[in-house]
Amino acid sequence: MPSKKTFWPDIETIVAAVQNGSRTASANIEQSLAQIDATKEHNAVIEVLAETARAKAAEVDLKVSKGEKVGRLAGVPFIAKDNFLTFDSDTTAASSILKGYRAPYQATAIERLEAEGAILVAKANLDSFAHGSSTENSDFGVTLHPTDKKRVPGGSSGGSGAAVALELAPFALGTDTGGSIRLPASFCGVVGLKPTYGLVSRSGVVAMASSTDVIGPLANSVDDAALILDVMSGRDGYDSTTIERDSLPYTQLDTSMKGLKVGVVKEYLADGLEPDIKAKTMQTIDRMREAGAEIIDVSMPSLPLSLACYYIIMPAEVSSNLSRYDGQRYGYSSTEAKNLTESYELSRSKGFNKEVKRRILIGTYVLSSGYYDAYYKKAAALRTMLLSEFAQAFEKVDVLVGPTAPMTAFKIGENTTDPLKMYLADIMTVAANLVGVPAISIPVGHDGNNLSIGFQIMAPQTKDRMLLSVAKNVVEGVKV
Amino acid sequence: MAKISHKDVLKIASLSRISLSPEEVTQYADEISEILTFVEQLQSIDTTNIRPTYQVNNLQSVMRADEVKGYSANGIELLKNAPDQAANHFKVKKVL
Repeated sequence: MPSKKTFWPDIETIVAAVQNGSRTASANIEQSLAQIDATKEHNAVIEVLAETARAKAAEVDLKVSKGEKVGRLAGVPFIAKDNFLTFDSDTTAASSILKGYRAPYQATAIERLEAEGAILVAKANLDSFAHGSSTENSDFGVTLHPTDKKRVPGGSSGGSGAAVALELAPFALGTDTGGSIRLPASFCGVVGLKPTYGLVSRSGVVAMASSTDVIGPLANSVDDAALILDVMSGRDGYDSTTIERDSLPYTQLDTSMKGLKVGVVKEYLADGLEPDIKAKTMQTIDRMREAGAEIIDVSMPSLPLSLACYYIIMPAEVSSNLSRYDGQRYGYSSTEAKNLTESYELSRSKGFNKEVKRRILIGTYVLSSGYYDAYYKKAAALRTMLLSEFAQAFEKVDVLVGPTAPMTAFKIGENTTDPLKMYLADIMTVAANLVGVPAISIPVGHDGNNLSIGFQIMAPQTKDRMLLSVAKNVVEGVKV
Repeated sequence: MAKISHKDVLKIASLSRISLSPEEVTQYADEISEILTFVEQLQSIDTTNIRPTYQVNNLQSVMRADEVKGYSANGIELLKNAPDQAANHFKVKKVL
């Protein structure tokens, strides 16, 4: 199927036009700002950085006019989820507790993109602290789905997904702790890449669950996602969990599927999957077969338990990471408190929303004395089993495939009364986070309601380039 | 049956430094019970002799020279976000 056409051409073309002077960076920024204004009711972005973006574009244009060298992303507007620390705006993580917070340093990912000439135009909405699958947990209001305003864009990077689909910018940054890039990519019909754990520095990104958090792009094409990964990836002295990047550029993608071994994950095609999603998934797999890939059925018995495992480990880490928001050094602080303990309690009670508090409470419970072994340690052992099942599967196949989500974009309010029902949206995405492998969601068609369906591909750790190659082939109609 | 009582919720809320209204205590007791029931499906798995995993890319901690690296903000700038301050220090409520 053809890749989605937007008024943004691919990023390489945008940059080439800026570099050769046929289109100014300023024109790109104005286009982006106009589109942000025209789609305001979707609430995809929390803050617009019009003045600083215009000033940076003027700098790029001046350099070009003087014949000076400009970067690989010169004059490309982009949008960052509002859990990235940025100089030119507030950084709120869509939480009341951080309203008005000005970051004293910038995220490494932002620094690297800016060093290549990319220009931040807005901060995207998200579920507060990235806790959610729909952006309904944002303290700044829900983001509306790009094509159906009664529905959610997915989450937690819902603002980023909607921003790319609504063409506010050629790409956006998201974070993915349990599916938060891939789910909105699936719901909004864009490409969403969750790189290998540690491949992109998380310095300057609001921490959620540190053993699974990753940063990645949402974009119109696999090539664009690969380019952004290429710019952001690699070791960073400010994040000790970062790993070496691939020696070859992530943009150098193989174009053949011949001989590729594709594992179809049986557990992801179980009963209960929406028929349209199952049909599109099988159709995509068939086309991979026709293009020369060998299709192999794979079963990973512990996979159905990964969601339960995740909903122990993630809140445990959340409860620890969010203890820093205490109302003393920054953020919302209650004025009614009489002593320090009361100041902590009242600031956190008012500053955090219902879902954030729910996760902190669950995390505190599973880590507390008497329950640690039964919950947290048990989940950590299950994680070992998952790692071993993935390792076994990757001995037989190059990539694993299945749907990104068991559903398409659901209606606003449909899952808000039952938190467990909302958590089920992540059932096919969390395993990749628990075992640290790269995964991508690519659009493969629509259901009966004309809502986008995502196809997920997973590869072994550090095989991000191969993952992108396979994804590109699938998106482009599986070329031989 | 509820997995956790109102008393349990109040205890973990206190450990988390979060104050809850009586309505919130009731709601969280119900919801967290439901979530705990869901995650308890892990209890059916035998994990004897399986070591736990806390980190997935097997990185080792590395040492670096103890040098001051350039940092864009100084102490005074960090205080700009402080809810309350006095004499270039964070000001907090009475501890005792």
